[in-house]
Amino acid sequence: MPSNKSVSDAPITQFINCRILRDNELQREDLWVREGRILDPEKLFFDEQGYADKRVDCGGSIIAPGFIDVQINGGYGIDFSQASEDVSDGVSFVAKKILEHGVTSFCPTLVTSPPEVYHKVLPQVKVHDGGPHGAGVLGFHLEGPFISAEKKGAHPEKYLRTFKSGGLEHLMEVYGSLDDVAIVTLAPELPGSQSVVRELSQRGITVSLGHSAADLSQAEEAVQQGASFITHLFNAMLPFHHRDPGIVGLLTSDRIPAGRAVYYGMIADGIHTNPAALRIAHRAHPSGLVLVTDAITAMGLPPGRHTLGQQVIEIQGLHAYVAGTKTLSGSIATMDMCVRHFKQASGCSVQEALEAASLHPAQLLGISPKKGKLDYGSDADLVLLDEGLNVKATYISGEEVWRKGQ
Amino acid sequence: MKLIILNDYDQASEWAAKYIRNKILQFSPGPNKYFTLGLPTGSTPLGCYKKLIEYYKNGDLSFQYVKTFNMDEYVGLPRDHPESYHSFMWNNFFKHIDIKAENTHILDGNAADLQAECDSFEKKITAAGGIQLFVGGIGPDGHIAFNEPGSSLVSRTRVKTLAKDTIMANARFFDGDLSKVPTMALTVGVGTVMDAKEVMILITGAHKAFALYKAIEEGVNHMWTVSAFQQHPQTIFVCDEDATLELRVKTVKYFKGMMHVHNKLVESPPSEPKKN
Repeated sequence: MPSNKSVSDAPITQFINCRILRDNELQREDLWVREGRILDPEKLFFDEQGYADKRVDCGGSIIAPGFIDVQINGGYGIDFSQASEDVSDGVSFVAKKILEHGVTSFCPTLVTSPPEVYHKVLPQVKVHDGGPHGAGVLGFHLEGPFISAEKKGAHPEKYLRTFKSGGLEHLMEVYGSLDDVAIVTLAPELPGSQSVVRELSQRGITVSLGHSAADLSQAEEAVQQGASFITHLFNAMLPFHHRDPGIVGLLTSDRIPAGRAVYYGMIADGIHTNPAALRIAHRAHPSGLVLVTDAITAMGLPPGRHTLGQQVIEIQGLHAYVAGTKTLSGSIATMDMCVRHFKQASGCSVQEALEAASLHPAQLLGISPKKGKLDYGSDADLVLLDEGLNVKATYISGEEVWRKGQ
Repeated sequence: MKLIILNDYDQASEWAAKYIRNKILQFSPGPNKYFTLGLPTGSTPLGCYKKLIEYYKNGDLSFQYVKTFNMDEYVGLPRDHPESYHSFMWNNFFKHIDIKAENTHILDGNAADLQAECDSFEKKITAAGGIQLFVGGIGPDGHIAFNEPGSSLVSRTRVKTLAKDTIMANARFFDGDLSKVPTMALTVGVGTVMDAKEVMILITGAHKAFALYKAIEEGVNHMWTVSAFQQHPQTIFVCDEDATLELRVKTVKYFKGMMHVHNKLVESPPSEPKKN
C-alpha cells in the first residue's frame, strides 16, 4: 500500500485483528493512530485518501486505554515518601516498571509526612507525559496529613495535622506548593475543612475523602464543596451503618449536586476488601468504581521488611502489615492483577473491569477523553491484553513501550 | 433480462456476490484497465457486501484495480453522520477491503453547488470509461436509486426530493423519526444507469414483491422507474422466493427452469496459484 501524502506526513499505524474498548463495549474494529493520537479512519479515507503506513497484527488481543493508577506509594524498593535527593529518579524507576502492568499514567502518592518531606519531594517531580522512559505523571496524590487520628491506618500519628484558621494558607505552609498536585485526601470532619475543600476544588485539584470518621452528612457537605473521590472505600473510615452509612453512603446519596459524580477507589487485591463488599459497592454505584493499587515500596520485591514513609512494614505472602501488628499498610498488588481480581470477584464484564482502571480514573481527574478512552483524538495510550486480561504489550502515544517476553 | 430466483436472502446475496466476483476476475483489471462498478446502499445489498469482503479476505478477489461509483447520497447530512451513505459504504464495505480511496466516488450532498456536483459526477463516470456493472436495488415504490415515481426514464445525475414512501422506508435508520430523515438527495439518473454495460438489480423480501411485478410484468412506466431496464440489453434481477410472490407462476417457473444454465455464471473460477 503506498504511503499517503495528506494533511500530515506523519506515519499512520493501523492495529488489526483486535477488539477495542469503545463506547462501553468491546468492538471488533481496527485502531488507527497518528502523531500519538487515535485517528478517525473514515475521515482519513474520504478527506485525505490516506492509508496505514504500518500494520500491527494484534493476534486477537483486546486493546484497552492504558491503565491509570491514582494511588501508588512506590514499589520495587522505591518509597515516594522518603525525602531523598533523587526522588525524581525513584519516581522514574517505578514509572518504567509499571508499564509492565499496563499502567500508562499515575499519581505518585505521599502518605502523611512532616512538612520537610513535602518541601523536599514535591518540587522534584513535575507533571509530565509518559513515553518509552515510563508512565506519565499526572500529579501527586497527597494522602494526609489532614486526616483523622482515629482512622490513621498505617499513617504515623505524630505527623497528623488539623486545619488551622486560614485553611488553604496553612495547607500551603505544610505542603510548600500545590503546583504539581492532582489529588489531596483529607478528613472532612476536621474543623475548617469546608473552605479548604472548596478552594482546592476551585484550583482544579481533586479532593478525596479518606482516613476519616466522618458521618454521611459531613461527607455530603464536603461533596457539596467540591470533593469528588473516596480514598480506598471501606478502609480507614467508619463502617457502613444502616442509620448512618458514613462516607460509604455517598455511593447512593441523593445529595450529590447535579452534573457531578462521586468516584471511589477500591483496592481489589482480595485482601483489603472482602469480595462480597466489593460486589455491594460495585452494584450500588458501578460507574464510580476506580481501581487503585495503593501499592507500597515492597510491590515487586520479595517477602521481608521494608520502609514506608516514616514506618517499617512487613511482607507476608500477598499481605503487607505495619511491622508487629495486623494493620494493613498497603498492597503489593499490581494494576493488572487488580483488574483480573475485580472481574473475577464481581462477575462484571471485561469492559467494566477495564473501564474501572482507565475510563473512571480519567473521568475522576477530568482528563477524559484525552486519557482513558479510545475515541478519535484521544491519546494513544494503550494496553494490549489477552483473553485472561494479562498484559501483552503497552503503548504510550502510539509507541510501543513494553512488550511481554522482551 | 435474466431473472435469478434463489430460496432466501442469504442465497440471493451469495449468488450476486459470486456474479460480481466472477465479472471482475474475468475482466482481469490492472493499473491501466480498471473495472468500474456502480454500487447501492440500504439493507438489501448488505449480505452481498459481506460475501464480497469474505472473498477479499480469502484472497480470491482484490479491489485494487476497481473503481466504484455509488448511486446516491443524502443532501445536507454531514458526511460523518452514521446514516450518510459515505458512512454506510465505509463501515459496510470500504474499510474491510483493499480499495483505494481515490478510486471510490460518492456524490457529495454538502457541495456548495449541488447540480455542478452532479454534472461533475457524470463526467467522472465518462472519464473512467463508463460503468461495467451497475448494481442496484429497488424501492417499495419501484424506484431505482432515488429516481422516484415520475422521474424521467432518460434522466441524468441530479437533485431529487424524496417521495413520502421513501422517507417512511428510511425512517427506520433515523430512530423511526420522520422529521430526522433528509428530504432531498443527489442521485444518478435512470439514464445514467442505463448507460452501464450491464445492470444487476437485487430484490429480496415480500415487501418488494409488488414493485418487482410492476417492474418486469407490466409496461415501461415512469411511475415504476426500474421498469426502464426492460429496454437494457443486459439486465439481471437477483431475487429471493418472497420477492416473486406477486409474479405469475408461469414467469417464475420459466426462470427457475433456467437456473442450471444461469448458475454457470457463478461457478468458482479455475483455481490459480495464490499470488503472494
